[in-house]
Amino acid sequence: MTVTETPVIASALLTNEVGLHARPAVKLTQLAKSFAATVELALEPDGPWVDAKSPVRIMRVKAAKGTLLHFRASGSDADAAVGALVDLVARGFDEDAGEGADHA
Amino acid sequence: MPEVRHRGRPAAPGFAAGPVIALATAMVVRRAGGDPAAEAAALRAAMSTAAAELAALAAGAADDAAGILGFQIALLEDDALSAPAFAAIANGAPADVAWRDALDEEIAGYRSAEDETFRARAADLCDLRERVLTQLIGGTAGAAVATPIALGSIVAAGDLPPSRFLAIDWRAGGAVLLSEGSRNSHVAMLARARGVPMIVGLGIDPCRLAGEALVDATGGELVLDPAPATRAAFEARRRSHEIGAAAAASRAGEPAVTADGVAVAVQINVAGPDELASLSPAICDGIGLVRTEFLFAGEGLPDEETQYRVYRRLTEWASGKPVTIRTLDAGGDKPIAGLTAVGESNPFLGVRGIRLSLARPEIFAVQLRALARAACHGALRIMLPMVTVPEELEAARALLDTTVAALKAAGVPATRPPIGIMVEVPAAALAIERFDAAFFSIGSNDLTQYVTAAGRDIAAVADLANPLNPAVLRLIRMVAEHGRACGREVSLCGDAGGDPEAVGALLAAGLRSLSVAPAALAATKAAIGQIDLGRRAGSAAGKGR
Repeated sequence: MTVTETPVIASALLTNEVGLHARPAVKLTQLAKSFAATVELALEPDGPWVDAKSPVRIMRVKAAKGTLLHFRASGSDADAAVGALVDLVARGFDEDAGEGADHA
Repeated sequence: MPEVRHRGRPAAPGFAAGPVIALATAMVVRRAGGDPAAEAAALRAAMSTAAAELAALAAGAADDAAGILGFQIALLEDDALSAPAFAAIANGAPADVAWRDALDEEIAGYRSAEDETFRARAADLCDLRERVLTQLIGGTAGAAVATPIALGSIVAAGDLPPSRFLAIDWRAGGAVLLSEGSRNSHVAMLARARGVPMIVGLGIDPCRLAGEALVDATGGELVLDPAPATRAAFEARRRSHEIGAAAAASRAGEPAVTADGVAVAVQINVAGPDELASLSPAICDGIGLVRTEFLFAGEGLPDEETQYRVYRRLTEWASGKPVTIRTLDAGGDKPIAGLTAVGESNPFLGVRGIRLSLARPEIFAVQLRALARAACHGALRIMLPMVTVPEELEAARALLDTTVAALKAAGVPATRPPIGIMVEVPAAALAIERFDAAFFSIGSNDLTQYVTAAGRDIAAVADLANPLNPAVLRLIRMVAEHGRACGREVSLCGDAGGDPEAVGALLAAGLRSLSVAPAALAATKAAIGQIDLGRRAGSAAGKGR
């Protein structure tokens, strides 16, 4: 990956009840790690950006339900990475409704 | 030994009886530090052993537990977590100090979160911190942490890490008592999923809990060294809970209707927005009582903005359903340092509730301003506690009117919410027609203690403080009839409303609205469904009442 190329950017609305933490954060970072691209996340379109492969940093963001999550990726598979992450958020992290969703 | 009662917040419903075991908190043992390279290696080894332990636990765990442990593993494997610790070690700090400081910093970040669910994740970080520290310190300290837990024990602790909870065998029963804790913590979710009764927020040092205990985690009450009568009443409640729990849970989302088709509104009592995190407004008809005392539990008095944010959150949660917020009900058994009177010979008959608010208008006005602003966001209603004479209602109303006018003049969005009263002083119940309130809510706990002259906090007269005493029921009937005659809502928000044994008598007295603890909601609705008011009225007439 090179820093000169234009990063891929997209955003998705966080709809699951308990926000981005614990199990959703683990799912998101695991997915991000499956790509070679650097993948970052932010609450505002102009950052600050945090490493989307770090569950510790993702948890620090404390994104609540209703937050618009911005993704930015650079690298060979940046397109696929951003697409997959946006899709994961849009699917509500495949969490079931009810208390099961906040188990982790 | 006389019995002792403690109250906390129900976090996982259920009942348990047995001996209490207080968990020793991890011993603070310092290890002898080596050079930075050796310390870094020690921390790395401790972390990798901790990760292996967690992986082994997760492999044998159910889905929910595996998810929680997986979250801890993911954090532990993330360099971002340990980076500050390794930096400190490079600067000469011993491994245990460096790790503890780094995790404490991270934990502080979680605890400062606005969202209760995020705050509750701090317990997972504490769990990780202790697991790695146990490895670092090793040997003796590790053994001290792992107190063996007998089957069926009632475990008391400050807070309980999820992995610690999972290491205990709960198949033979037992319960968890936490002096701190949150019902949104992972350990509370695990307890609910496994049917282990849990009370949180007891606020007492777990080491002071000892002896034989009755745990009513449905109502949030703990009794130590119970008297035989208390034990008998507890067993009866436990039985009816067990019978009703399964049937009730399946109907919790449906509106409450008696067996003969009379609709009853069932609202919930809450002591703060945290309790709502895992609840949907669809399960109830609104919030019948918000106890605002929790706002005043910290250091200093809460400012207008803090109060406004909380009231707004509660109101928005209800999505248009009524939210009845009680103004500060301090005094009596709820003293607040620097606010309530000290040294009253009988605080229950002293400056409490609205009496205190009117005596301290500068503090009351802040609460009214916050309420009037939050009222723009939903169906907020104000309820005054301990009203004795109509002049108190009128004085509060005048202050509210002035407050709303001042807000509007300053261009601050505000709405004047309806203002109602608690009916808990016999003088108010007996002359209810003198009070021009928008609604009435019977505070059955205080009404019962004032009518029966039997203190709520005195175990020896607990049998006398019976909300089903005919004198109490007669007052409830009078208030209900007045409400029906003048078209004002009458509800009840005391513990009696959530007692399946009492619900029939309350409905027979004319009540059609109850407000109960969230944990009692399903059982209350189920109890309502069993009641045939037509038949009850017939049998009451037959008795020549």
